[in-house]
Amino acid sequence: MPQIPESHQKVRFYQTGTLTVGNRLLDAEHRSVQGTMDRSNSLDSGHRACQGCGEALGARFAIDAAMRATNNQLIAANATGCLEVFTTPYPETAWSIPWIHSLFGNAAAVGAGIAAALKAKGREDVRVIAQGGDGGTTDIGFGCLSGMFDRNDDVLYICYNNEAYMNTGVQRSSATPGGARTATTMPVGKDPGNAFNTGKSVPLIAMAHLIPYVATASVHDLHDLEHKVTKAMGIHGARYIELFVPCPLGWGSKPSDTVKISRLAVECGLYPLIEAEHGELTGVTKIRRQVPVGEYLKLQRRFAHVLKPANAHQLEQLQAIANRNIKKFSLIDEQGGQE
Amino acid sequence: MLKQVEGSHAVAEAVALCRPEVISAYPITPQTHIVEDLGTMVKAGAIKNCEFLLVESEFGALSACIGSSAAGARSYTATSSQGMLFMMEAVYNASGMGLPIVMTVGNRAIGAPINIWNDWGDSMSARDAGWIQLFVESNQQAVDVHIQAFRLAEQLSLPVMVCMDGFILTHSFSQVDIPDQKQVDAFLPTFEPRQLLDPAAPLSMGAMVGPEAFTEVRYLAHHKQMEALQLIPEQAAEFEKIFARDSGGVVKTFDCEGAETVVVTMGSVIGTMKQVLSEMRDDGISIGALTVRSFRPFPKEALRAILKDAKRVIVFEKCLAVGMGGILAMNLRMALNDFPIRVHSAIGGLGGRPITRANLRRMFEKGIRDEMEEPHFHDIHMNVVERELEREHAQRRSGSIAENILQDVGVVAAAKTI
Repeated sequence: MPQIPESHQKVRFYQTGTLTVGNRLLDAEHRSVQGTMDRSNSLDSGHRACQGCGEALGARFAIDAAMRATNNQLIAANATGCLEVFTTPYPETAWSIPWIHSLFGNAAAVGAGIAAALKAKGREDVRVIAQGGDGGTTDIGFGCLSGMFDRNDDVLYICYNNEAYMNTGVQRSSATPGGARTATTMPVGKDPGNAFNTGKSVPLIAMAHLIPYVATASVHDLHDLEHKVTKAMGIHGARYIELFVPCPLGWGSKPSDTVKISRLAVECGLYPLIEAEHGELTGVTKIRRQVPVGEYLKLQRRFAHVLKPANAHQLEQLQAIANRNIKKFSLIDEQGGQE
Repeated sequence: MLKQVEGSHAVAEAVALCRPEVISAYPITPQTHIVEDLGTMVKAGAIKNCEFLLVESEFGALSACIGSSAAGARSYTATSSQGMLFMMEAVYNASGMGLPIVMTVGNRAIGAPINIWNDWGDSMSARDAGWIQLFVESNQQAVDVHIQAFRLAEQLSLPVMVCMDGFILTHSFSQVDIPDQKQVDAFLPTFEPRQLLDPAAPLSMGAMVGPEAFTEVRYLAHHKQMEALQLIPEQAAEFEKIFARDSGGVVKTFDCEGAETVVVTMGSVIGTMKQVLSEMRDDGISIGALTVRSFRPFPKEALRAILKDAKRVIVFEKCLAVGMGGILAMNLRMALNDFPIRVHSAIGGLGGRPITRANLRRMFEKGIRDEMEEPHFHDIHMNVVERELEREHAQRRSGSIAENILQDVGVVAAAKTI
């Protein structure tokens, strides 16, 4: 039975109606890195991400937390994708850390090369992050990622998962959920949207490599994200964090709903938050109050067809996936409620 | 120190003397022995402060070098054939970012049909990728050119491929003078990168560039290669001072001064050719040869100066631009386009077909009579080709060309005819 993760906070503050965790209500030492004046602003303002971009939000929190954890001794390798494009075109850059973009599918290998160089030079105090979207991670970059895990290279790989190729115009990836509309899985025909029983769970595949640390996180709980990144940077070897980052443009959601959608994805069971070490599940974030998947789906136009009576079977399939996750990862305490 | 060693081992020793900091390795024949030997040296502690990465693919191999080079480490890998194609996206990326990686290419044919033997199809597939490409003639030159390659790469901030004929050089044992560490240290300074991933001075590398600057970026890539045309001979001269060997340069001539006919080629085949040409000169034929040592940059001016008084040139190359003809020949014709010189194009040695003194002499004599087809396929068995063409004409489902040809001639017969 997985334990409740050792967390950034023992007490959670659920404010009426919003469920928002209040930073100001916490003791100073429990406040987020982002809430401090000395945060590094590694991914600075002025970039070109869309309004409500989950990836921009997540990357900022993740990298600032990693900077704090490494005493600002950090280098990042970035896969091609939204994060690369919206942060950089020369001569501008939103990155205040040493940062390299090479190709779409090689961020993990470039990161491994940087880590090797640092080791050869005796600069193991400098740490390495490789990062990319789900396409660059679960599809085209998968070989290099698996190689990095296999060799246990001293790299934290962060996958910003928005469940499709957003930079090229919202095409299906192997992280796209069943039923979802993308430009290559349109809601037409007998089974509209993306096919069910396809895709892969890279966190579980990462665990199968027996690497020191694997976690999933979501931009609705940024304290948890910071905690997991900080924990990851305290470990050497290959580490993997997959971060759930809604994409208003690709999902057809309101920019103001990004955090809400993230929370609902977790609370409905479709996106379990887990931690694992050396292949063993060590923690899950319990669901306080399970919400029906429909609550999550209805805020996103990519699932609009799923909610039509004619496609009730798709809604059932998605609910079944959520239920399976809840059971598999024990996301709800059987006694109910207490955390 | 003189040693009787395999070419691959000699290269591994040369690379080790260059104090590499990151080596990535992925097996593909025929470069494998080089990285095997380097791996053993790193594991045994014979190369200090060096990380040896066992990567999952050639794409990963070069990508890791991109990361390590950007982080300031002297970085090396090796590949061949399909491996070169599999890493091709990273090949262009490394040169585009100006990362001075050195890569050995154990030259091997590209499939299909799969073929492990020597030709230059792999290096030629990357001829426009912005890397410097140096072809070597012997294992001694392979050793010497690797040492020069690191210095050249780092001085220019450009990656360098050292191209050596697979098996013919990589797997052959010969006497090689392996330099000592002091000599190499005197020739090769420590790596000072032009840009570096360093938390003390953060920068962004590899960001997007639009139409407003792309042309100039490309121009400068070309300009750097033109600079290399000066730098390669300068470095070869300095190398000669320290190591007492002429091993570099952009072009090497063999008795071609005043020769009516000059054979132009690259790589190890010059070894066999030198014997043939010497016999032909003994028979009163005015013929010499040169090897293009630097294929990229292409030494246009040097070739013009050497070939200006020649009556004809016979280009012999182990590669083919399908649908066009000889690649080296095309490049040479462009260099000589305003000279009244006949340039014959001969393509041979594809997929490792043996090149013999006898068949070379027949080919050269045909060239001297100006009777060569354009392009001329050296030692081709046209009866086999014609039989297959007839079959394709006769039936729609004619099957695999490669299989049909081997069915026709039989493996034993095929071996006998070549």
